[in-house]
Amino acid sequence: MPTIIAAAAVLVIALLPVAAPWLQFVLTLAIAKGFAALGVAVLLRAGLISIGHAMFFAASAYAVAFLARAGVNDLGLLLILSVLGGALVGAVAGSFLVRYRAIFFAMLNLAVSMVFYALCAKLYGVTGGTDGKPVPVPAVFGVVLGEPAFKSVLFYLSLGLMVLVGLAVQRYLNSPLGHALSAVHTNEIRLEYLGIPVWAVLLIAYVVSAALAGLGGAIAGFAIGRVVPDFAFWTASGHLVLIAVLGGIGGVPGAFIGALFLELLHSAAVTVTDSWNLIVGMALIIVIMFMPKGIYGLFARKEATGL
Amino acid sequence: MSNAIIPLLLDSLASAALIFFAAVGLTLVFSVLRVLNVAHGSLYSIGGYVAASICLFIASRQLNPYLSFLALLFSAVCVAAIFGPLIERGLVRWTYGKSEAVQILITFGLFLILEDLQRVVFGVQSFYEDAPMRLLGTTSVGGVVYLNYQILLIAMALLVVVGLRLLINHTRLGRLITAVVTDREMAQSIGIDTNRIFIVAFSLGVFLAALGGALATPTSGIAPGLGADTMVLAFAVAAIGGLGQIEGAALASLIVGLARVLAIYLVPSLDAVAPYAAMLIVLLIRPYGLFGSVTARRI
Repeated sequence: MPTIIAAAAVLVIALLPVAAPWLQFVLTLAIAKGFAALGVAVLLRAGLISIGHAMFFAASAYAVAFLARAGVNDLGLLLILSVLGGALVGAVAGSFLVRYRAIFFAMLNLAVSMVFYALCAKLYGVTGGTDGKPVPVPAVFGVVLGEPAFKSVLFYLSLGLMVLVGLAVQRYLNSPLGHALSAVHTNEIRLEYLGIPVWAVLLIAYVVSAALAGLGGAIAGFAIGRVVPDFAFWTASGHLVLIAVLGGIGGVPGAFIGALFLELLHSAAVTVTDSWNLIVGMALIIVIMFMPKGIYGLFARKEATGL
Repeated sequence: MSNAIIPLLLDSLASAALIFFAAVGLTLVFSVLRVLNVAHGSLYSIGGYVAASICLFIASRQLNPYLSFLALLFSAVCVAAIFGPLIERGLVRWTYGKSEAVQILITFGLFLILEDLQRVVFGVQSFYEDAPMRLLGTTSVGGVVYLNYQILLIAMALLVVVGLRLLINHTRLGRLITAVVTDREMAQSIGIDTNRIFIVAFSLGVFLAALGGALATPTSGIAPGLGADTMVLAFAVAAIGGLGQIEGAALASLIVGLARVLAIYLVPSLDAVAPYAAMLIVLLIRPYGLFGSVTARRI
């Protein structure tokens, strides 16, 4: 039954831009943010809150811009390389960050991401400063497309990736390695006594989450056509955590539900009011207080993980 | 060289003093309530907006310009009296004893709300009102011109350090706060009204943040986005000093100020990186900050 609902939901998303073409950009961006929020949600399962994941989002988008400038001009190759880039940055940062817990983990992620942000904003010669870098339209398997055609390809590719990567992450979370994450949250010492290296469990989770954020960043870079330092600002990281929690961290669909819900609501709300953050802030507080399992928690049959 | 570095030093110390006001409030709230208030930076900018509005009013009515000094203080008191109890009773108290993730997210939600409220109330244009700074004038030593207002800022920061220390060590309220910080349950069981202490401590934190914002307006003006920038700098300073450490925050703002001077001197383009780099280095070596004590890892 949940499979049918999920398939129907994906089908509806796939058909929406046919009915309303302007939705295509909104949905692509929502899926991109969904990937990054999924990365944050993986760490939240272990009770680790990262206010710095926008760094991987931005790093990968910058990687795309740099690689495109260096002559790499294929969508598939660019995506793979930039995700690997995100994972690599994640492995380096994660190797020392996963030693910390609770508020120290949050603060150190913030510190690392703000160093990255400030460097991106200030190294004008390399990163283009606050003007950012353009992300050109790449070829798709050697076929050079016009911008509208490319944006359609990008949308359906992201949608496909959402399903495939989503299933892969679901497998990961249901594996012993994934269950170890919740165990870290509950009782870390017990896990050590069982002979499971907590450090390795968390490092793998960190790299996975960085790669997911990287994938989202690359897609967002292509969709927007430009990458700016603000991608990595701490409020962007906060928004990723917000999406993850709003959607619910109990399952993989949560992050995407949260992202789609927020982006669609945003598109609807901007026609009425400017005070978008006001609405989101209140929604966040209400969700945390009254439905800690997020929107996904409303659908999930099983006991879903909450905060 | 020395001619160039002293004004630079003063400039950095003055901006460090402003960040110190925000950071010390953050650290005070954290030590008493055990909540990291992500919306703290917004209260700094609200203080700035209120102060700028009152100063502009004074200027438009051509009242005695020296009233604007009083206005800076008055606006901080107003913001603290209104927002302190409101936020603590209305929102923050629901997060006591919850996980850090919940506390950070709830206050992040509050941050989003406050940022938009400022936009609605004060608009998106920047405010600039430098009457207090002009009134104090400048001092010229050895051909180098200093702004007296900057010296006032540094003096105020020192006053806050000493004042807070005196408050905590030598008054009844301070002893009550210390008791609550040391052992909340024990304090409660001997009859200390912890709820009242929480309100007072939170409002004091709000007052310090709003005071920082109010004092900042004459030098740098105020514009949307200031809250977010201040938040992360205050965070850096509080973290370097060790969360909950007043003198730590003071030392940390000195370090951040000096790091910026050094950066401006050596690699001018990297001055904005300096505070975060300092935060990263300190936290990697001592995650609990320079003055913080080792707390058991939550396991």
